[in-house]
Amino acid sequence: MATSTEQPETEQDETIARPPTEGEVRIDRFFQSTTRVLAWLTISVVVLVVALIGRQALPAINRYGSQFIVSSTWDAGKSQYGILPEIFGTMLSSVIGVTIGAVFGVMVAIFLTQEFIPRWLADVFRNVVSLLAAIPSVVYGLWGIFVVIPAIRPACNWLHHHWGWIPPFSTPLLSVGMLPAALVLAIMILPTVSAISRDAIAAVDPLLAEASFGLGATRWETILHVILPMARRGIYGSVVLGFGRAIGETMALAMLVGSSNVISPSIFSPASTLAALLANKFPEAASPLDIGVLMYAALVLLGLTLLVNVAGDFIMRYEFRAAPALAQKETPP
Amino acid sequence: MAMTNEESPRAAAGNGRIFDLEVSALYYDKFKAVRDVVLTMERRTVTALIGPSGCGKSTVLRCLNRMNDLKRTFRLEGRICYRGKDIYAKSIDPVALRRTIGMVFQKPNPFAMSIYQNVAYGLRLNGYRGNRSEKVEQALRAAALWEEVKDKLHASALALSGGQQQRLCIARSIATEPDVLLMDEPTSAIDPIATQKIEDLMRELKKKFTIAIVTHDLQQARRIADKTAFFYVDTAEGDRTGYLVEFGETQDLFEKPKQKHTQDYIRGVFS
Amino acid sequence: MSETTTSLPPSSSEEEGLAFLDRSLARPRTLFDLCMSGLCGLFSLAAAVPLFSVLFMLAWRGGARISVALFTELPPAAGMEGGGIGNAIVGSLLVVLIASVISVPIGILGGFFLAEIDPESRTAALVRFGAKMLTGLPSILAGVFAYTAVVLLTGRFSPLAGGVALALLMLPIIMLTTEEAVRSVGSEVKEGAVAMGATQTQVVWHVLFPTALPGILTGVLLALSRGAGETAPLLFTMTFSDYWLSRNPMEPTASLAVLIFNFSKSPFENQKAVAWAASLVLVLIVLTLTIGGQALSRRTATSRSVA
Repeated sequence: MATSTEQPETEQDETIARPPTEGEVRIDRFFQSTTRVLAWLTISVVVLVVALIGRQALPAINRYGSQFIVSSTWDAGKSQYGILPEIFGTMLSSVIGVTIGAVFGVMVAIFLTQEFIPRWLADVFRNVVSLLAAIPSVVYGLWGIFVVIPAIRPACNWLHHHWGWIPPFSTPLLSVGMLPAALVLAIMILPTVSAISRDAIAAVDPLLAEASFGLGATRWETILHVILPMARRGIYGSVVLGFGRAIGETMALAMLVGSSNVISPSIFSPASTLAALLANKFPEAASPLDIGVLMYAALVLLGLTLLVNVAGDFIMRYEFRAAPALAQKETPP
Repeated sequence: MAMTNEESPRAAAGNGRIFDLEVSALYYDKFKAVRDVVLTMERRTVTALIGPSGCGKSTVLRCLNRMNDLKRTFRLEGRICYRGKDIYAKSIDPVALRRTIGMVFQKPNPFAMSIYQNVAYGLRLNGYRGNRSEKVEQALRAAALWEEVKDKLHASALALSGGQQQRLCIARSIATEPDVLLMDEPTSAIDPIATQKIEDLMRELKKKFTIAIVTHDLQQARRIADKTAFFYVDTAEGDRTGYLVEFGETQDLFEKPKQKHTQDYIRGVFS
Repeated sequence: MSETTTSLPPSSSEEEGLAFLDRSLARPRTLFDLCMSGLCGLFSLAAAVPLFSVLFMLAWRGGARISVALFTELPPAAGMEGGGIGNAIVGSLLVVLIASVISVPIGILGGFFLAEIDPESRTAALVRFGAKMLTGLPSILAGVFAYTAVVLLTGRFSPLAGGVALALLMLPIIMLTTEEAVRSVGSEVKEGAVAMGATQTQVVWHVLFPTALPGILTGVLLALSRGAGETAPLLFTMTFSDYWLSRNPMEPTASLAVLIFNFSKSPFENQKAVAWAASLVLVLIVLTLTIGGQALSRRTATSRSVA
């Protein structure tokens, strides 16, 4: 390193510039560390959530072990607990809800991206769909009770009456039940599936569609054979994410699915989900064991959710290596 | 580590050399972007870096104020001395270095603030206690923009035209009267009339500042530069590695180029 | 279809030969195409129906109870007439305020870290992953966590616990949208500030933050809209109260969301009507925040142009 002779220049080289002051440097370091610490907080919170719930659940885990997960009996008086009905209910409602929601969601995505309607109308539509996501879950529950159930009850009971020998129709729809809950669930996750699928479809190279048209394919042949396959992984990712949402959805299900711990193949039967169980039973929980049991259920729900979300994130990341911005999209705008 | 006042650039190097480059290579990870650059820049001169696209001129320019540090994979082999001090030494604070070196970019990049706030930004950053409005006016006058904006100093800078924005960026850079002004193709995104104004500007500025300018425009280099460095690209090893072909007085380089590549490049434009 | 076939010798079969150009529903492919398009349109319209149905119900059944009394009175007890949601509105505002105080600073500063301070570090990758996991956290579990962390610790139900639960849900939204907003500020402007010798902190506060502000605000508004609408996290952290907030905020407090939940199960018509009114108010609040956020983000997009 060349050392300099400390002779000042003969001419004045005035400059207003000065190196950063002590204060500036200290503030800079402080700010950088602060943001780092706060960012770390996010990870620690995730860990903390698992840890705290796990610790509270420990007494129940020790006492009931895996029996908890496979038993259907819930008798607080006899201290017998089992959440199999809830797991079944969570899964069934989510599967039905996601299936319906995904079909509609992808249809909407196609409708909005394939120039079926003028641009301004598509924008309006897009906003309408994203507003669906903004409606609070509890309002959907209220609406479900007073609009959806009365609306579908006649049809459901007709099906039960005439085709009750088919397992899915084997019970009447009295008030709450699996189907209305799944339908409302479908409406709630539709925006998620639609938004992410829309991005996936829009990301497909338009030249491919042009090539298909050039070969004489009809519009839907292009959509089904060229565009959708290319957007396939993004759509799968959106479905998995929607599934994750569905599993964790609480209020609408708590209000619509009932809290009966039966496992019935009938879609008109009341059922229960993990989240609904927690919502309904927690406020009444008194003894530490009660709470521990519920914490155990919470832990199972947490595990399920984390699993599904990691899978969804993985699918999105794997697919969108070339389009990283897409992988950031979680919530519809 | 911040430089203290005793080590400030103004007190250093009595030999008049502002920049002294002895760079053997510049890397981005494994990719050798530039090799073998040896040149010097004297006080109050204009040095032009010319050459075809992709031959590393901008990369070299950006080394002078350590802007390449923003790319994590960047590595320098060699030495760049600013007023006798190796600026890539571990003890040098790049933030302090950038305070005394101004930079104007190819695409005008005014901040989303008013015209006044843009020009005054450097003053604010360096804690200037004097009359800021006066300095802002001085800078805007020096950048030949004062007359056009003096009535709307508090309007948004983003509302100006491209040429005006670039002159604003120049005003912003010179407001703190930096030691050196680096210009990376400052007129390539600007219309010809504004370009003319900016070149006149550079001739004025060179009376006070040392300027290094990267330019695609050979005529521009010929018009305003004291010394010119010609870069070319070497595809020998499969990669495109830029290198310095020839460096010297502008007139000599243009009229009696010594290297064949230089001759070809210069004639290619004239013929 | 016009036939400019000068090279084709006219023949009696010419019309037949080019008949294939005519559109006809008799062809299976065309029929299929039309049916699918119809189906698609139908499905899409069907997707929009719920929103309008919900809004209609809110306006009809909720609107019927709109009055000054609604905002100034306490919830009606079982079998009572009248009543309002005044304390629930106050409670909701309070808990969202607390949640914001916690989540907004952490979210924004965390977002700065991810976008600017050290975006490519292992820490940043972990934090991003953690934030994404948090966005998928069931809201009831946020409530469970806050129960364990705050209610058990302080020994009481309170808006603080509710605020912590909501903050958990709001934080990742704010953090990830802040990161995206800061990232989308062009690198040129950032380089301009760096080249002037600004420290990283100065670059963030003088240049990046003001420019990214609309995007950051959008994220905050969206997070607020989420927080305001959540019920499950409040069920056993803040529970409910039939009275106004007293001087001591560390006690069970009413909220719009929990009120709706409670009254939805009620056999009394009056309480159900109040539930609808509360839903209307809640949805109005939430939609205002959401639409506000969307409008803001659209304004960012259009004002991004440099002359």
